[in-house]
Amino acid sequence: MDTRAQEFLEYVQSGGQVETGDWMPDEYRARLIKFIEMHGNSELMGVLPERDWILRAPTLQRKLALTAKIQDEVGHAQLIYRVVEDLGKPRTACLDDLVSGKSKFHNVFHYPTKTWGDVGVIAWLVDAAAIVSQKALLKCSYAPYARIMKKICWEESFHILHGRDVILALVTGTEEQFGLVQEALDRWWEPLMHFHGNPIPAEEDPMVVWRIKSQANEEARQQFLEGYVPQIRELGLTIPDAALRKDETGTWLYTEPDWEKLRAVVTGHGPASEERLAFRRLSREDIAWVERVVLAEAA
Amino acid sequence: MVYEVFRQERKGQPFQHAGSVTAPDEQFAEIYAREQYGRRQESVALWLVPRQAVSEIEEFPDEFEMKYRRVDGYSIKARLHEARERAGTLDMAPGAGDE
Repeated sequence: MDTRAQEFLEYVQSGGQVETGDWMPDEYRARLIKFIEMHGNSELMGVLPERDWILRAPTLQRKLALTAKIQDEVGHAQLIYRVVEDLGKPRTACLDDLVSGKSKFHNVFHYPTKTWGDVGVIAWLVDAAAIVSQKALLKCSYAPYARIMKKICWEESFHILHGRDVILALVTGTEEQFGLVQEALDRWWEPLMHFHGNPIPAEEDPMVVWRIKSQANEEARQQFLEGYVPQIRELGLTIPDAALRKDETGTWLYTEPDWEKLRAVVTGHGPASEERLAFRRLSREDIAWVERVVLAEAA
Repeated sequence: MVYEVFRQERKGQPFQHAGSVTAPDEQFAEIYAREQYGRRQESVALWLVPRQAVSEIEEFPDEFEMKYRRVDGYSIKARLHEARERAGTLDMAPGAGDE
């Protein structure tokens, strides 16, 4: 690393923030693009499992709320891709790499949504896991990303409220409704434990070294468990991990997730990966005319 | 084209940079900015500025070290101590006799 890059590294490590036009080392720029692009991809792909339930939502109110949540998530993708564009990668290139499978999106969006219970668990717990990661981005060394994260975090907190409301309606309903939530939790627990990634130490995680993230993976998972295990258990739900407990130091212990499986899922071998990407490809072709018309109109 | 978006949260507050939108023209920029930064009543006003219209100043040289314009140009601590010592009022200083 040359002197200038070394100085830059010390600057971000001491809490310094960087703006779009500032000089930055190539490695930092490349890591930012990859990380932020994956975040954008995840927001965009994340709406597909929920989209499947718009027409099947149980009431008009739920349909409207779900549609609004989906609109928020697509909005996040737009904000995030805008940040990536300013770093040098155009949005069309991001979308090309997404549909060709070259870039990744978050593990939780590679799974199907079987019942309305899944929709509740996603809005409550997947969004809760996401907000733990996203809050740690509020201090990101790349300031334009940190700034839009404020709005995104606010909206994600709002989604948790919506998700919790869906879950509470089900657990206070019939036995069958309660069962839908328990089954969904059984299905989603493994992806949730995968969500924050393998427990790589902070000092070895380049994302933490460059202060793109301010939190190590395991720290994020611990924070999620600490916040949500009690909330899940108080509803009478059973978390499908017999080893899950807090030790005397306050650290949550759990069965080691299968990290190989996580790797396989995020590289496009999840149960719904192919279907989701095929849909995204199709909708991209389907709406290409909109872009043509808009640009022609404005020209 | 890139439009920078500034938002005002409440009347009387400063407009703060919120982010940016890409749009083919001002009309679309307005629609996108409304969607992205105003659909929850989180703003009372938005400013849209084409990025090229922003001129940025980043360097503020101070060749003559005009310290008399800055807070760090006035270090009164030592002098105040001396003045109190001379007046015999050290015991009246805030925090004196705390131990």
